[in-house]
Amino acid sequence: MCLAIPGKVIELDSQNALQAIVDVVGVRRKVDLGLLQDAPPVPGDWVLIHVGFAMSKISEADAADQMRTLTMLGEAEAAMQEVRGYGLENKQNEQQDQSVPRLKQ
Amino acid sequence: MKFVDEFRSPRLISRTGEEIRRLADPNRHYRIMEVCGGHTHAIYRFGLKDLLPSNVELIHGPGCPVCVLPMGRIDDGLSLAAEPNFIFAAFGDMMRVPGTHGSPLEYKARGMDVRIVYSPTDALKLARSNPEKHVMFFAIGFETTAPSTALTLVRAKAEGLRNFSVFCNHVTIIPAIRAILDSPDMRLDGFVGPGHVSTVIGCRPYDWIAKDEGKPVVVSGFEPLDILQSIVMLLRQLRKGEAKVENQYKRVVPWEGNRAALRAMAEVFELRPYFEWRGLGFISQSALKIRASYAAWDSEQRFSVPGVRVTDPKAAQCGEVLKGVLKPAQCKLFGRECTPEQPVGALMVSSEGSCAAYFNYEHRKPIAIAAAAN
Ligand code: SF4
Repeated sequence: MCLAIPGKVIELDSQNALQAIVDVVGVRRKVDLGLLQDAPPVPGDWVLIHVGFAMSKISEADAADQMRTLTMLGEAEAAMQEVRGYGLENKQNEQQDQSVPRLKQ
Repeated sequence: MKFVDEFRSPRLISRTGEEIRRLADPNRHYRIMEVCGGHTHAIYRFGLKDLLPSNVELIHGPGCPVCVLPMGRIDDGLSLAAEPNFIFAAFGDMMRVPGTHGSPLEYKARGMDVRIVYSPTDALKLARSNPEKHVMFFAIGFETTAPSTALTLVRAKAEGLRNFSVFCNHVTIIPAIRAILDSPDMRLDGFVGPGHVSTVIGCRPYDWIAKDEGKPVVVSGFEPLDILQSIVMLLRQLRKGEAKVENQYKRVVPWEGNRAALRAMAEVFELRPYFEWRGLGFISQSALKIRASYAAWDSEQRFSVPGVRVTDPKAAQCGEVLKGVLKPAQCKLFGRECTPEQPVGALMVSSEGSCAAYFNYEHRKPIAIAAAAN
């Protein structure tokens, strides 16, 4: 929950200005930009994500650092699991993903 | 020292360790509190204690959200969700935290509709796709997660989504630090300040610790080098007799914090007059409550909450460990009745809890080393 996950903004949602597709090590999910509305990121920017919300803009080098920190802390897998859990698009996916919650010990 | 070569700049790390030894006055005993549970985890995992001289002691602070939540709140949340057609949604961290009659996961096994969500907005989506049910999001966390809950509530209200509410357990870090500084059995020399919380609140809210209490604060990142550098910065200040707030984690933490996040919190939350913390007791203005303008989305204003107060199991010493008065292994249950597999207290559940961190990286260390040697 207190994981800060780095990701790269790929594209802004044309329907909803406060959402963007963000790539986290190859996994793409919708992330909420509402907490960065004072200086909204653009495609190509790197952000730190907390519980599905982009919380700060960071540099690419810091994004790489942060991913390494998560790996060193043994939390990279939990972080990817969290990212995969975000931005469930339709009902079917939701039921699929939610019905088999995997717990990390 | 094995761990050093696993990281970037091993030489820098050992030089920073030397710098710490040079700066620490051998005639003094330093007690430095790392406020954040993420730092506690990192300190144990990286074995940073081994790099510190014996007179520089790290005290683990209250910054582990599931650890400080009193059991009564979990019981309250679960008893609400026992109503028919309720969905109890929470972050994975909550799932194994024991309530009086079991953890959310155990309630799930008994038939309660319990869902793990990774974002509060996913709880909102659950509500949209289950219109015949009520989705209650059990919100926990410091200022790192509170703004996300706030924006989720703004969205729920804008949409007029009526089958969604938040059981709010958000707490704020500053009053907890104040309570620790006020407690007579605690003597501290300085603080390693929380990294991610400060992304939101910035560095100013710590000013009083330096100005009024005369203790230095260094907001720190989470890598071994970050934490060691923060300790160097603290020792430098202590040596010069200074007390100020410094930011070691500039690459992520802006001095002013995140204003949009603070605005979202101010729109939705107000301070509770007081809130109970495990181990620290009732602390005034230490937690967030949902404003009356969002009452329709506040589980506590919408439903009647039993408001139970339960004390932790008698032999459990979670409170003393949380306050930093006892070390995890000094609890009578540690490693016997209470293990990460069978946790009695929340400090053994979360990776940010000091008991779990101590158990996984100190207590098991001999086994890990033996395994590695084979
Ligand atoms: S060992 Fe268990 S009971 Fe004792 S303080 Fe830690 S979490 Fe609490």
